[in-house]
Amino acid sequence: MERKEALLQDVVIKFAGDSGDGMQLTGLQFTNNTALLGIDLATFPDFPAEIRAPQGTLPGVSGYQIRFSSDRVYTPGDLCDVLVAMNAAALKANLKSLKPAGKIIVNIDGFDAKNLRLANYADGVNPLEDGSLDSYEVIKIDVTKMTRESLKEFTDLGMKEKDRAKNMFVLGFLYWMYNRSLDNTITFLTEKFGKKETILQSNIKVLQAGFNYGDTTETFTTRYRVEKAKLPPGSYRSIMGNQSLAYGLIAASEKSGLPLFLGTYPITPASDILHELSKHKNFGIRTFQAEDEIAGITSAIGAAYGGSLGVTTTSGPGMALKGEAMGLAVMLEIPLLIVDIQRGGPSTGLPTKTEQSDLLQAYYGRNGECPMPVISASTPSDCFSAVYEAVRIAVQHMTPVIFLSDGYIANGAEPWKFPQSSDLAPIEVKFKTELGFDEEKFMPYLRDEKLVRPWAVPGTPGLEHRIGGIEKQNITGNVSYDPENHQLMVKIRQEKVDKIADYIPEQKLDSGAEKGKVLVLGWGSTYGAIKSAAMELQEEGYAVSHAHLRYIRPFPKNLGDILRNFDHVLIPEINNGQLVKIIRDQYLIDAKGYNKIMGIPITKTELVTEIKKYFTE
Amino acid sequence: MSEVNSVLPTLTAKDFSTDQEVRWCPGCGDYSILAQVQKVMPTIGVPKENIVIISGIGCSSRFPYYMNTYGMHSIHGRATAIASGLKATRPELSVWIVTGDGDSLSIGGNHTIHLLRRNFDVNVLLFNNQIYGLTKGQYSPTSEENKITKSTPLGSIDHPFNPLALAMGADASFIARSMDRDPKHLQQMLTRSHQHKGASFLEIYQNCNIFNDGAFEIFTEKGSKLNETLFLEQGKPLIFGANQNKGIKLDGLKPVVVELGENASTDDLWIHDERDFYKAQILIRMFDDPRIEGHFPRPFGVFYEADRACYEDALNMQIEEAVAKKGSGNLDKLLRGSEVWEIA
Repeated sequence: MERKEALLQDVVIKFAGDSGDGMQLTGLQFTNNTALLGIDLATFPDFPAEIRAPQGTLPGVSGYQIRFSSDRVYTPGDLCDVLVAMNAAALKANLKSLKPAGKIIVNIDGFDAKNLRLANYADGVNPLEDGSLDSYEVIKIDVTKMTRESLKEFTDLGMKEKDRAKNMFVLGFLYWMYNRSLDNTITFLTEKFGKKETILQSNIKVLQAGFNYGDTTETFTTRYRVEKAKLPPGSYRSIMGNQSLAYGLIAASEKSGLPLFLGTYPITPASDILHELSKHKNFGIRTFQAEDEIAGITSAIGAAYGGSLGVTTTSGPGMALKGEAMGLAVMLEIPLLIVDIQRGGPSTGLPTKTEQSDLLQAYYGRNGECPMPVISASTPSDCFSAVYEAVRIAVQHMTPVIFLSDGYIANGAEPWKFPQSSDLAPIEVKFKTELGFDEEKFMPYLRDEKLVRPWAVPGTPGLEHRIGGIEKQNITGNVSYDPENHQLMVKIRQEKVDKIADYIPEQKLDSGAEKGKVLVLGWGSTYGAIKSAAMELQEEGYAVSHAHLRYIRPFPKNLGDILRNFDHVLIPEINNGQLVKIIRDQYLIDAKGYNKIMGIPITKTELVTEIKKYFTE
Repeated sequence: MSEVNSVLPTLTAKDFSTDQEVRWCPGCGDYSILAQVQKVMPTIGVPKENIVIISGIGCSSRFPYYMNTYGMHSIHGRATAIASGLKATRPELSVWIVTGDGDSLSIGGNHTIHLLRRNFDVNVLLFNNQIYGLTKGQYSPTSEENKITKSTPLGSIDHPFNPLALAMGADASFIARSMDRDPKHLQQMLTRSHQHKGASFLEIYQNCNIFNDGAFEIFTEKGSKLNETLFLEQGKPLIFGANQNKGIKLDGLKPVVVELGENASTDDLWIHDERDFYKAQILIRMFDDPRIEGHFPRPFGVFYEADRACYEDALNMQIEEAVAKKGSGNLDKLLRGSEVWEIA
């Protein structure tokens, strides 16, 4: 039989199945396999909060979307070309995100009466049989049966254990379909199951069976290929957001010479930073899984007081609990990094879904006048350099810094042109080690030109001093209830944070002309969608530009000038309008918001539609 | 020890006081505790710059301002957690936590038990005055039942903590009690707390003469002290009483008060052993209300001491082991990972 090979430019696949079906692992393997070929990609894992939601139900559906392309990609794609549905619920939950005439690969075993009922299909309705999918290309495979079949020689494995390898069949089949090698997944399986020979061999067997199924079954006549993307030259690897953030912290620790201490309490979607850092103790990293969120931050304050790089990581609910301690760090004026991987709120909210709704909390959410710098990351790999900057600001300006990422960035993966350690600018840290020749007594709140006080750590002879959360007397740091002093100190603490604007780069436009009709201003994980929408519109001749903020407090000094070069400023956010409030407040301009609060990213398509409205009025 | 002393300048209590005016109410028990701590510090063989005092919030938590060492007056209940982070990263420092009954047993109760179970080598000085002083007189988690306070005009319905039992429940490795009115004993207990390797939990009965005056009078005043207190000494029988005529013996697992020379002799008495895990729990439970007929005397001294690995040592050992196994971290290797592709 003649086999065709088709060249594609851009493909979006969504793997969807029960939360126990291993879809995240399948997606991640496909991602690494894709990345290794030099193809550009972006991913969007989307999973339920429950570890194992009731099997077969709609709330139990776990999905992993990957877009890969020989062109640059900035989003995981609005709609998918291929939907892998391991059961009826997975199909039902995701059909709306499939392109017209898209492919559906279904495991027909997941469409029995029970699964159909659990997916809330009406009695007697089976979408695989009633013609409702006629406009799509449906590839029906009995994955369960073939997985069991290929493992019939593995007599010491139970049925349940055999069925667990189903995802490998699908992965193998897709590897065949997209002309891939199985090597990286076999290496991965060997590392994961190396000590459990039977499990390892069975997984490899099923993976190969899936591949061979594509190869030998005559139904499938076309294989697809996507060429390498035209990325800037260099060495690349695939990286996920929280991993990149952890690496950024390790790099900052190495480059500042400050030992890293992470005080934290497990919380979705931040825990992976703890997991990653705890693997790298040979960098002198101390990870401390504290008894609660408050102990997470306060132990980090204790470590910072002792001269370590103190870090705490959390998500929205933890941020709320850490508020008082952040205020202490502001009063103590010691370096500290508070990492908030945002998720849907308020309260427990949507733990596994993404949102940008902690910005106002980061900006204002503490008692008293309590300014803190706020830095954000816009993509998974951007976490590395953004958190590196956040550490630099914390230790060079003696201030706690809030770092904002979100669930979408944290779990997303993309190719990363990783730096060499020698490319990273050193982070200079000055400890005060002795009294100056003109000093009789140590003045812990005597400031330099940046308004920064000295960092004198316990163990330093002659610099014994006391600090605390009660208002400080200017210069001496003694307790002071003096009215004028309090006003002065509030103003100094504000000015100290404002002054950081002198030590950060000016804001640049990401794309578009310096002047125009619409500036789309973003921060955080909306980066890819805004970039793609802006570039599409620019190609069509629209006067649209895009600026994306890393430094949110203080803003880059030239931001006001940029904003005033446009007739309209549009701020898309995955919240009910937070950055837009701050921009309107600080620059007195009529910025408009575009807000989606569904726990999912904004798509390029909806942004294009929104931006176009400003051209038709 | 002698070697350390020969290189350390000889300091006195005065060297540990600061130029800050001490602002506790006149007559407060905190003054005595401050004086004893200042007296003990020059004797423990630790350079002044290596001593750190961390407090939370409450009257007692003003303590660091009056000690010429490193110090932090932090936020309510969190001194223990801050000290954990400091000790984890700077194990060579002598870290002292100054806290009160509200600070460490109410708002900071969680951190207290976790610090004890992890066994950081720090010293917890719990100033127990059984009242909220700084907020002007509400009952505390150690106040007795039925206490009339500003927030309990009809009497408190809260059952109080037995702080030492809580510490024992959290597997503290050193548990002791002393009082503000017995300077010598307090100095001894402070020294013992310092000497213990691991988390030392020292409860200090402290009189709040404004909001809870006389709470411990029965234990501290001459007239009643000898009959109402039992001072524990290692290897010695449990003897108390105005004429050293009473003792405690064990009837199975039950302590019994006996009269020496009448129904018992010294040979029958319970011999104190700080290392006895089970007896320590019985001793700690001798905690009845002294207003009740037939109550036990209240024990003071070291109830329990055990050798147990300290968190910071284990933490640092893991780092050493990781370095020995994988070599010192190589940033370039880490960033590169295992799956790399080149784009020309």
